[in-house]
Amino acid sequence: MIRLFAADPLLTGDIDLTVLLIVIVKTLIIFVMLLVGVMLYIWAMRKVIADMQNRIGPQKAGPFGILQSLADGVKLFFKEQSEPAGSDHRVYLLAPYLSIIPAFLAFAIVPIGGTVSIAGHMTELQLADPAIGVLFLLAMSGIGLYGMMLAGWSSGSKYPLIGSVRASAQMLSYEAALGLAIVGVLVHSGTLSTRAIVNQQAWTGAGSIFTDWYWLPAIGAFVIFLIAALAETNHPPFDLVEAEQELTGGFNTEYTGIRFALFYLAEFMNVITMSAIAVTLFLGGPNGPGLGFVASDSWINTWFMPIFWFFLKLMVLLYATVWVRASLPRMRYDRLMDFSWKVLIESAFLWAMATGAIVVGRNEGWNLWILTPAVALGAFLIYFVLMACVPSDKELEEIR
Amino acid sequence: MWGQQVVFWLLAIAMGAAAIGVVRSRDVVHSVLFLVVVLAGAAAQYILLAAEFVAWVQVLIYIGAVVVLFLFGVMLTRSPMGHDSNRLDNDQRWAAGVVALLIFGVLTALLVDAFGGQQINFGPELVAQGSPQAIGSDLFRTFIVPFEVVSMLLLAALVGAVVMARKD
Repeated sequence: MIRLFAADPLLTGDIDLTVLLIVIVKTLIIFVMLLVGVMLYIWAMRKVIADMQNRIGPQKAGPFGILQSLADGVKLFFKEQSEPAGSDHRVYLLAPYLSIIPAFLAFAIVPIGGTVSIAGHMTELQLADPAIGVLFLLAMSGIGLYGMMLAGWSSGSKYPLIGSVRASAQMLSYEAALGLAIVGVLVHSGTLSTRAIVNQQAWTGAGSIFTDWYWLPAIGAFVIFLIAALAETNHPPFDLVEAEQELTGGFNTEYTGIRFALFYLAEFMNVITMSAIAVTLFLGGPNGPGLGFVASDSWINTWFMPIFWFFLKLMVLLYATVWVRASLPRMRYDRLMDFSWKVLIESAFLWAMATGAIVVGRNEGWNLWILTPAVALGAFLIYFVLMACVPSDKELEEIR
Repeated sequence: MWGQQVVFWLLAIAMGAAAIGVVRSRDVVHSVLFLVVVLAGAAAQYILLAAEFVAWVQVLIYIGAVVVLFLFGVMLTRSPMGHDSNRLDNDQRWAAGVVALLIFGVLTALLVDAFGGQQINFGPELVAQGSPQAIGSDLFRTFIVPFEVVSMLLLAALVGAVVMARKD
């Protein structure tokens, strides 16, 4: 199944019905899993935030209110759709789908389990493992931007337009930081394929948490990735995109009913995907200890445990996003942009360059005890020189 | 390679239609969206040639960044609402059509002359040729000087834009 469509875009080669069925079943599972996942994530988010604020949260629909998101979804389906008179009809209809489809597709590259055998075919528990791997994620988040931009533009209304310009500026800015943070891992891994990156972080004992998983060797990239991913998904404290008091909502102001819901679905789906990518790149993906008291080739250790570890790590990160949402106030817009362009992008760039130097040094057998401090010193020097070139607020005021 | 021909022509027709849409559309944003279809079609053609890396870089750079900047510029500068049908048209359209046809003719002649008889053999070697590793190694070993020249050119353009945009 590896690189199926690149090697064989027209399926002319050795592909039988079983392989095709496996792909279709995987697609369906990912599709349903994301939808149900978003439903449960929204419910859990509301419950956890309610707990943090000494409230009860949703409790009427189903046990513990677990069906609340489903009820909301059903309600939104049956709501009347309204559309502004000045809208650009076709683009207006297209925009929600430009948000939701890339959000679905981006999850395709996430390895959610190990390599297993289905009906005699060895297959990886992930929808696709293209050679370009994480580039696909960046491409999808680039396309997702169109949904927002066009939604605001096609509404034919001023506030959504301002909202969409703001949203796309934010996403463009943080996409750069996100991409550069990913480079910090790619320099270590030497490959773009998510499966290969996960395989390099294989579990060889408790020590591999610190030595093999990339979060510690690429700690700077990890921190930058987490911040940029929050901003890229318009998650608080970077949820400037839906600033009610400034924009009467944001790019989606003029959307109602299920079209509105699609934007929200896409947003939460992106949070899940970004967390899953963080697990893949930095936290070892589905790797983790197997159960010692069952045979290593039994279904528990080949099927169940990798999936369990993946979802456990994903849950931890998703809980952290909810925690952040409940704790941090929204950032001011100018600070948001300053933060990306003046801090995150430079740091990510320098981190990638420093990692590159150290990886080359390691491969060439240089003395790392000398190289590492030298690289760190060099990176700090470049950073301060760069920062000295950035005009202060006062100087900016004079230029204006 | 029969299936590949079919897909190529389907994509080519869609790209041609979208390209006509780019110049015929009365709204800048619609033009830009047609341009996205053309670029996506080009990416699909690359996939058809097993050049997966180039294809996704095309999506990432052209669709995800360049055209987004176009849209951004259009939305920020022109009055984006209201559809003035004459604004995007002018008297030179026939001249432009002739030039477009000439370029098409010259490019077709050149490409047929240069690669006319060649066949592409699909297989693992072709996929390996289009892999990120192979392209990275070509770019930074064989073609390092052109690569650096292009980046200097881009840097010069960037600095030039800043110089022109600054008021003082």
